[in-house]
Amino acid sequence: MTMNPGRIVAGALAPHPPHLVYAENPPQNEPRAECGWEMLRWGYERLRADIERARPDVLVVFSPHWQTYVGTHFLGLPRFQGLSVDPIFPNLFRYTYDLKVDVELAEAIAAAAGATGHPVKMMRNPDFRVDYGTIISCHMARPTWDLPIVAVSSCRSAAYYSVEVMQDQALALGRATAEAIGRTGRRAALLASCSLSHRHFVVEGDLPEDMSREHVTSHHNYLWDMRMIDLLRRGRLEEVLATMPEFVNQAVSEADSGALSWLIGALGHDIAGEVYAYGTVIGTGNAVVGFFPPEAA
Amino acid sequence: MSVVLAGLTTGLPHPLLTPDANPGYRRLRDAFAEARDVIRASGAERLVLYSTYWPSVIGHQAITDPNPRWTHVDELFHDLGSISYDRPVDAALAEAVVDAAKRRGLSARGVNYHGFPMDTGSVTALELLDPDCEWPAVVLSSNVYADRAETLVWAKATRDAIAASSRPTAVFAISSLSNRLFTTFIRPEDDAIHSPKDDEWNRKILQFLSEGRLEDTAQLSRTIQQQIRVKKVVNFKALWWLSAVAGPHNRYHGTVHAYAPVQGTGAAVVTLRPREEGLGDKEFDEDDVEVWRGDREVLS
Ligand SMILES: [Fe+2]
Repeated sequence: MTMNPGRIVAGALAPHPPHLVYAENPPQNEPRAECGWEMLRWGYERLRADIERARPDVLVVFSPHWQTYVGTHFLGLPRFQGLSVDPIFPNLFRYTYDLKVDVELAEAIAAAAGATGHPVKMMRNPDFRVDYGTIISCHMARPTWDLPIVAVSSCRSAAYYSVEVMQDQALALGRATAEAIGRTGRRAALLASCSLSHRHFVVEGDLPEDMSREHVTSHHNYLWDMRMIDLLRRGRLEEVLATMPEFVNQAVSEADSGALSWLIGALGHDIAGEVYAYGTVIGTGNAVVGFFPPEAA
Repeated sequence: MSVVLAGLTTGLPHPLLTPDANPGYRRLRDAFAEARDVIRASGAERLVLYSTYWPSVIGHQAITDPNPRWTHVDELFHDLGSISYDRPVDAALAEAVVDAAKRRGLSARGVNYHGFPMDTGSVTALELLDPDCEWPAVVLSSNVYADRAETLVWAKATRDAIAASSRPTAVFAISSLSNRLFTTFIRPEDDAIHSPKDDEWNRKILQFLSEGRLEDTAQLSRTIQQQIRVKKVVNFKALWWLSAVAGPHNRYHGTVHAYAPVQGTGAAVVTLRPREEGLGDKEFDEDDVEVWRGDREVLS
């Protein structure tokens, strides 16, 4: 029996503010919310349905909150269970997780990336706590947790070299990801777990879900968010890449992690995105955007 | 005077988890044990740590869980092993630091949640300085946006709280010196300071500290940041905090217990005992800020 070549059936910009899980009140999360950030959460609901329709058999998620200064790391054991407490917002996110990993695909991506000369490492310590960015994006995209995941760390080369180097590495990692997905016959949904503009308010109200306090930190950041969203929805991904270093510097974007460049590298060509929502979370700009490459004729 | 000892240590886990992988890691581990003897001799009844490995965004944070317990794994050095800890925390002092910070205009809060991710630097330093839990500790975060003024106010709030209870206290900043690490996987036996320039600067910093010149070294922080710090955060803040808590002067008896490379960074264990005589105050250039009034937003 020959294996069908795998493909990327969905890609998404899937930001991970813990506020979104908090406001959803899932049983896994201990704190309880009254409301909040509905436009983003309803946007995620529609993304979820479209991902479901694309029939993926694995989620591949790139998270800014697994920060590795030496190479790119991948979860490398079949199952992780534990309690994730957000270090910045522990009042909002204390989540009990139990997730499965597609180790074979993770190893294939690591091998493909390693073949390009990029340092890679499999994470095989069973006590490891999975980062909250990975958990939140996966929860929001697929709260049933019925699919295995591949979790990819953010290799922080910007501080050591430049934003350009870090984005180029992420782009190459995206291409390696697509190649490994093709070779292993997976139908993969990719999640780039990051906000757009990323300047937080440094104080939090007593009621975090008080939406009367919620707005973007600055008009400057709003303009940047709209510029990037406009490019994403028109499918001008090459231009997104060209603009990325300036965007990262000007809007202190969480795309500095490489998550969005990785997604674009994996998608491999210009494709228009479906923008499900834009909203701010404690001042940061967040968009939920889906990309669905058509099935080959 | 309730701060009886100041110190600076690395927070990387190699000396704790793989001390025999490199002679330098072993020297660092032994140096933590020496520092423990210095703490004992100082009469300190508790430890206060400011960890540059714990970034905070919503103001400043202090652990107020009286007994944090977890099995910690570093996100980068996970293959070195796991660190199980069960630590006593001086929650009352931590709360007092938070209250004092608020009085000085800062946004601050305590965190008391089971499973809160205590950072690798704090866990490593506590396990090596105090493996038998002789002293309750307070662990404080390093705000990512804070520069010197805000860091100084955070330190002074810490000092307020220590002084109010007047119990002898040892204060430690957890930070590397040069922080440029090798961005490829190295064998531990090949570990070395990343560049001769980093090494020269590290040795100069340690020379100053061994002469007890804590505030002089703190005043060099911006230069240190420019010269040997990869710009992960806005500035090299550890010595600003340490000097402002322990006393911004140069009258210390300094001991460098060890200096060695860890994954290319400059790792050291230093203690500073206050004393009467010393090199005296130099001509300091920097402000001595008392209250935080927010970013001045001069361009907006
Ligand atoms: Fe984030």
